[in-house]
Amino acid sequence: MSSKRVAVVVFPGTNCENDVVIGLKRVGVDSEKVWHKETDLDGFSGVVVPGGFAHGDYLRPGAIARFSPVMASVIKFAEAGAPTLGICNGFQVLTEAGLLPGALQKNAGLSFLCETVSVEVACSNSILTRGIELGTELKIPINHFEGNYTASADVIEQLESEDRVVLRYLDNPNGSVNSIAGISNARGNVVGLMPHPERATDPLSGLIDGLELLSAFRDSL
Amino acid sequence: MSSPLHIALGLTDTEYALLLDRLGRTPNSLELAMVAVMWSEHCSYKSSRIHLRSFPTTGEHVLMGPGENAGVIEVGDGVAIAIRMESHNHPSAIEPYQGAATGVGGILRDIFTVGARPIALLDSLWMGPLDQPRSNWVFKGVVRGISGYGNAVGVPTVGGEITFASTYISNPLVNVAAVGVTRADRLVRASASGVGNTVILIGSSTGRDGIGGVSVLASSGFNDAEGESKRPSVQVGDPFEEKKLIEACLELLDRKMVVGIQDLGGAGLSCATSETAANAKMGMDFYLDRVPLRELDMEPFEIMTSESQERMLAIVEPSRVEEVLAICRHWEVVASTVGVVREPEVGSDGRPVGMLRILDTEGGEVLGVVPAALLADEAPLYDRPSAPPADLESRRLTEPSFDVTGIDAELWLKEMLFDPSWIYSQYDHRLFLNTIVGPGADSALIRVASPEIGETEFAMALSADGNPRWCEVDPFWGSAATVVESALNVAVLGAQPKALVDCLNFGNPEHPVVMWQLKESIAGMTAACQALEVPVVGGNVSLYNEAGGTDIFPTPVVTTLGVRALPDELPKCTRARPGDQILIIGSDTSGLAGSFAAVELNGDRRGELFKCDLIESAKLVQFAISLSTGWREFGISAITNVSSGGIALCLAEMALEAGVGIALDPSDALTVDTIFCEAPNRIICATSTPDSVLEAASGMGIEAKVIGSVFGDRLTVPNLVDISLEGLIDARRRP
Repeated sequence: MSSKRVAVVVFPGTNCENDVVIGLKRVGVDSEKVWHKETDLDGFSGVVVPGGFAHGDYLRPGAIARFSPVMASVIKFAEAGAPTLGICNGFQVLTEAGLLPGALQKNAGLSFLCETVSVEVACSNSILTRGIELGTELKIPINHFEGNYTASADVIEQLESEDRVVLRYLDNPNGSVNSIAGISNARGNVVGLMPHPERATDPLSGLIDGLELLSAFRDSL
Repeated sequence: MSSPLHIALGLTDTEYALLLDRLGRTPNSLELAMVAVMWSEHCSYKSSRIHLRSFPTTGEHVLMGPGENAGVIEVGDGVAIAIRMESHNHPSAIEPYQGAATGVGGILRDIFTVGARPIALLDSLWMGPLDQPRSNWVFKGVVRGISGYGNAVGVPTVGGEITFASTYISNPLVNVAAVGVTRADRLVRASASGVGNTVILIGSSTGRDGIGGVSVLASSGFNDAEGESKRPSVQVGDPFEEKKLIEACLELLDRKMVVGIQDLGGAGLSCATSETAANAKMGMDFYLDRVPLRELDMEPFEIMTSESQERMLAIVEPSRVEEVLAICRHWEVVASTVGVVREPEVGSDGRPVGMLRILDTEGGEVLGVVPAALLADEAPLYDRPSAPPADLESRRLTEPSFDVTGIDAELWLKEMLFDPSWIYSQYDHRLFLNTIVGPGADSALIRVASPEIGETEFAMALSADGNPRWCEVDPFWGSAATVVESALNVAVLGAQPKALVDCLNFGNPEHPVVMWQLKESIAGMTAACQALEVPVVGGNVSLYNEAGGTDIFPTPVVTTLGVRALPDELPKCTRARPGDQILIIGSDTSGLAGSFAAVELNGDRRGELFKCDLIESAKLVQFAISLSTGWREFGISAITNVSSGGIALCLAEMALEAGVGIALDPSDALTVDTIFCEAPNRIICATSTPDSVLEAASGMGIEAKVIGSVFGDRLTVPNLVDISLEGLIDARRRP
């Protein structure tokens, strides 16, 4: 284990926090769950906002979570350039908090989707994909109702021209613009994605490609 | 008043007379309302309880059995698995989304009430054909309800089954099973022991939803247009509240902060207060003004019988109350002290009687006093008249037969193919990273692990199974075969069947034929469970599944829990390899009685159902386990068991799963009667070393033979079936 520790933010209704702890451990990273009422992220080298249904996803996914006390610290942490990763509901929270542009709307098929999809690495300079060859194909599970990424045409153009689309679906499952599965901020230290890398870290399940992404995250800490 | 209050509340005149006798006085309306819900069929099992006593329920590994909130077994190293299954049929028929959602919520509370973290859900759905508009609406609502609640509460739905049949058009069935894990030394019982202990209500506020759910709704059938007016009796679920409740309760239980705990389900506070007091043989004072309400001006009887969801009742030592309230505050869950455990009183016969007293406020007016045991344990039990259907003998005399030249076996097969992936892709089935084999296989295989117990060396296989066609033709052998099929479903994943829970879904018990079906079914399950040495550790009975006077086909559904060592790699059990031989293992059987082909496709309920030899079935289960766990030495590339749809459907699915063709060898034995016969005590496997399997089978005295090979890109049964893989894929229905 490295001495660097990652904070895994837990809101009421979050449910992937333990999976993220396990996934990080499988690539040798220690992590600690941080309750949403905490405000102190000192001593952490990275932050993960995991999947689930923060505050029940009532109103709109992430809409209430962004007002949780911990989020001011997460924003400060991210703006200081530290690795900040939002997975699934965590991605929704980061967009609501203004750390990432755009929004996640209901899937085009108007149905919840839990299935394994193929994505390709679309940029190699984010905290999640640094060092992974462009075009590398990964099999990672998705698990969401609101994963249909959307943003204004200007934003999409900016994301594309600044090389900030991190992962792209090979067979778009949810209607996301340009098949976007994950994006980063301009500095590349904040990444949000709908697929769950921690769900592809176990040879026994037949899914291991998430290890590559989490290893890149580890190396970014 | 047009009819007496007790009738309106669902009690018969005889039951009311019995109550007067036991109470020694006339009950007031609050007391009567509480008795009515607790003596309902749903809560008291009054029509089925005496028959259920025949189930084997014990075993060295059984830590908790029927009567507890959940069945619990120990699997080794102090690791315990809790399992429970329940129906939510009537609510789902009226309000599909909330009916199914609250079914999930209710079953999860049973699991964490015993101190186990819920880690898996399975659902067994029985719906009318989707070309019926109402069935379609019910089905979509049910799937969305399970998805909406299960995903948000954060428990993966790892398996289940779905059957469409006309018998469920007006009365669909929604059965849900939940499984949790804990340490054996962390188990908690629903008992209000310790005079002076504080009673704490945790979770949601109480509203008017679900009042009379168990009596008005779950314990009577449907008549035309009546369903709409019963909608207020359906509860409304809030998965977010339940998620917080799970975390709060598990922390309370893990830190041993409570002496007893009970979830609030059917009959609400009446049930939780009376059961915890009765279990401890204690009395209890309950203060109505302490209950957080979500509606104004609720009557005492409404508060005591509301089935508002996401609530728990905990019994706590006075010195721990502040800590308990603080833990609940941390998890943002409301908790209120609502009562106190009291000494039992001395009854007229000198024996202690725990009295449940309902007060408007502490030290205030006593609004009702009922012995807790009278509510919880002393409902009348009935041995209702039973009789086989009048046409049973004549039906059994003739086997179903069809104009063979007119039969297109391929058409039958295509009718049977169904792709359920669009259903289970709406359920989170990977949360907790435990899923090794997910939905769609013979059974789900998941790691036995949780944040609390960590990783273990065990995996469990779970399979939910039922077959109303078998049980309609012969409830005894049909139910026995259901148990055999379920045991084999976990065995082909290499797991030893260790326990079983059931939902017995039947029609109106006041119809003698239904009582006969129920008794026969219980007897058949008992025989099979005894032979296979699988104890029944819990379950429920859902009666009055009728509409317009017509009962549903008898539908006993079982969920079998199997346990095995954690495999060292993903089991290769569904990828038939080109060149491998196809073997059938188990006795030759033929006949279409009870089959999908006869009953569902041709409306023919005639004939004698196959009778699974239960001793041989037990041997077959053990053989399946050794084949599956020893897949390398036996050269196995695919293994499955025969069930609905017979050998034909089994081979079609094997071919589809691996994307390979299968060709059976020409044989006189291949007829419509054999390839669509559904006797489940048979295994089919693909192997590169057939001799090793044949030899091992022969050593155990089990019949086995090569019937074909994995070859090409077509499914071929000489003279009967010849379909390309594309044809099979096209035929898989997706509503």
